[in-house]
Amino acid sequence: MSERESIQRQPQRQDQESDEVGVVTNKAAQTFDVSDLLDEIDTVLEENAEEFVKSFVQKGGQ
Amino acid sequence: MSVHRIMGLETEYGISAPADPHANPVILSSQVVNAYGITVMPDRPKRLKWDYDVESPLRDARGFDMSRSDADPSQLTDDDYGLANLVLFNGARFYVDHAHPEYSSPEVTNPRDAALWDVAGDRIMEHSAAIASKLTGQLITAYKNNTDGKGVSYGTHENYQVDRATAFTSLVRYLTPFFVTRCVFAGAGRVGRGQEGLFPGFQISQRADFFEAEVGLETTLRRPIINTRDEPHADPSKYRRLHVIIGDANMSQRATYLKMGVTSLVLSMIEDNFLDFDLTLFDPVSAMHQVSHDYNFEKVLGLQSGKTITALEIQHMYIEKALEYVATKGIHDEMTLDVLGHWSRQISALGSNKMSLISEVDWITKLAVLEGYRHRDHSQWDDPRLAAVDIQFSDLRGDKGLARVMQSKGRMETMFTDLEVSNAVKHPPADTRAYFRGMCMRTFTNEIAAASWDSVIFDLDPELPLTRIATVDARKGTKSLTEQFFKPGCSAQDLVSAVESQ
Repeated sequence: MSERESIQRQPQRQDQESDEVGVVTNKAAQTFDVSDLLDEIDTVLEENAEEFVKSFVQKGGQ
Repeated sequence: MSVHRIMGLETEYGISAPADPHANPVILSSQVVNAYGITVMPDRPKRLKWDYDVESPLRDARGFDMSRSDADPSQLTDDDYGLANLVLFNGARFYVDHAHPEYSSPEVTNPRDAALWDVAGDRIMEHSAAIASKLTGQLITAYKNNTDGKGVSYGTHENYQVDRATAFTSLVRYLTPFFVTRCVFAGAGRVGRGQEGLFPGFQISQRADFFEAEVGLETTLRRPIINTRDEPHADPSKYRRLHVIIGDANMSQRATYLKMGVTSLVLSMIEDNFLDFDLTLFDPVSAMHQVSHDYNFEKVLGLQSGKTITALEIQHMYIEKALEYVATKGIHDEMTLDVLGHWSRQISALGSNKMSLISEVDWITKLAVLEGYRHRDHSQWDDPRLAAVDIQFSDLRGDKGLARVMQSKGRMETMFTDLEVSNAVKHPPADTRAYFRGMCMRTFTNEIAAASWDSVIFDLDPELPLTRIATVDARKGTKSLTEQFFKPGCSAQDLVSAVESQ
């Protein structure tokens, strides 16, 4: 399990996005490296996303 | 005067046969429930009935009965004979409701147990889908979510036993602002906006867009923030069962714990007439949609008084009152203080550094993953890959469901060990009537004709009428009161005779 890094940054403009791949910032003082998490998720995510999403149809419940 | 009260959760699961998108979901749902019954409870009575006599879904808490002909057919839930139905050894009900498998947890007395027996339901659902897949030869998958993103929603309902003496108008006044904003810590996140998901974007809550009324009896259309269903399954002069339908299904165990615990604490304050602020919203339904869509916390809500306030400020006001409440009443209950501590910490974090909640708040975990993909792949919110992440987040399979995988890698926190969960799959809570129900099902399987929340019906002799044992008080039928009936050598007749002679 990889360590999470906590990097204090200057407060950012609204919705300013980081250039670094896999690093998530969102008006926050901390960044969270999710790039290794994405690699793991890639291996289990349904391959044909469009087909999968289109065929996920449910009937109404309560 | 704490987070402790009789409570429980009912979850309608999404169900799918990926290789057959036109598979009938009612049949799929029956297949999974029956698959579990056949394999895990092979000796169960083949046509176990649910005792519907005391159910009255058309009774409205505001004091009138809706006539059957005025009701929408989907409200007549007590007419669905023939669909799969199991009463499990842990006291839960596992059955088909409309076109979904549904797990109704056993009654518990506290939010930690509520979360534990809820996770047990997820394992039961996962296991059932796996068995059904083997038996039918086609993969069947189940999802703990609340919408297919195409216009349809299904629920995760909470139930809380509340003092009947508490005026329903108080419940409406003080629960509405709380429920409108509760998704900030309890939401599960959703890709897409609007009921049909026609508008690209992200929102905090799976369910919010499907709410269209402030108060009402319906649960399948014109969904109300406050549901007035009045089926207490208890002494109606003493208790009400508050039926809450606004919640999202949570994969985070901490989120389920806090959702139930905080709501229970707010209910305590209402029961004790401790709340006196006026947070009446100008338009609660619109406010609910706005809070869900405003995941960067940039907007304000309008109060009827003309003032404006933010969603986080509303939650803060309830927290401040709760802190005052525990101090004034001298409440030292550990779980209550734990719930209050986490709630307070999370609301503060949402206001300053929300992504720090990545391991415990479902919508933030989901948002972190989605934003990760958006950055990496430069995708827009209408990219199907993002919708796939949203759906697959709630896939119940331990090796494929995104939340399950993140939990196993320690990226999402859990509250319970595998052993605790597997015990909750097999055994009921010890401190409610679920103990009596679950133990009857395990010990006297072949002699039970029907069961419900407030009864167990024995069929002791084909020549004689059935015997109904009422379990009206949810705090009776506990292990300490009834375990002697389930010892080796005790028969069902012994139990019935002992209960009847009381």
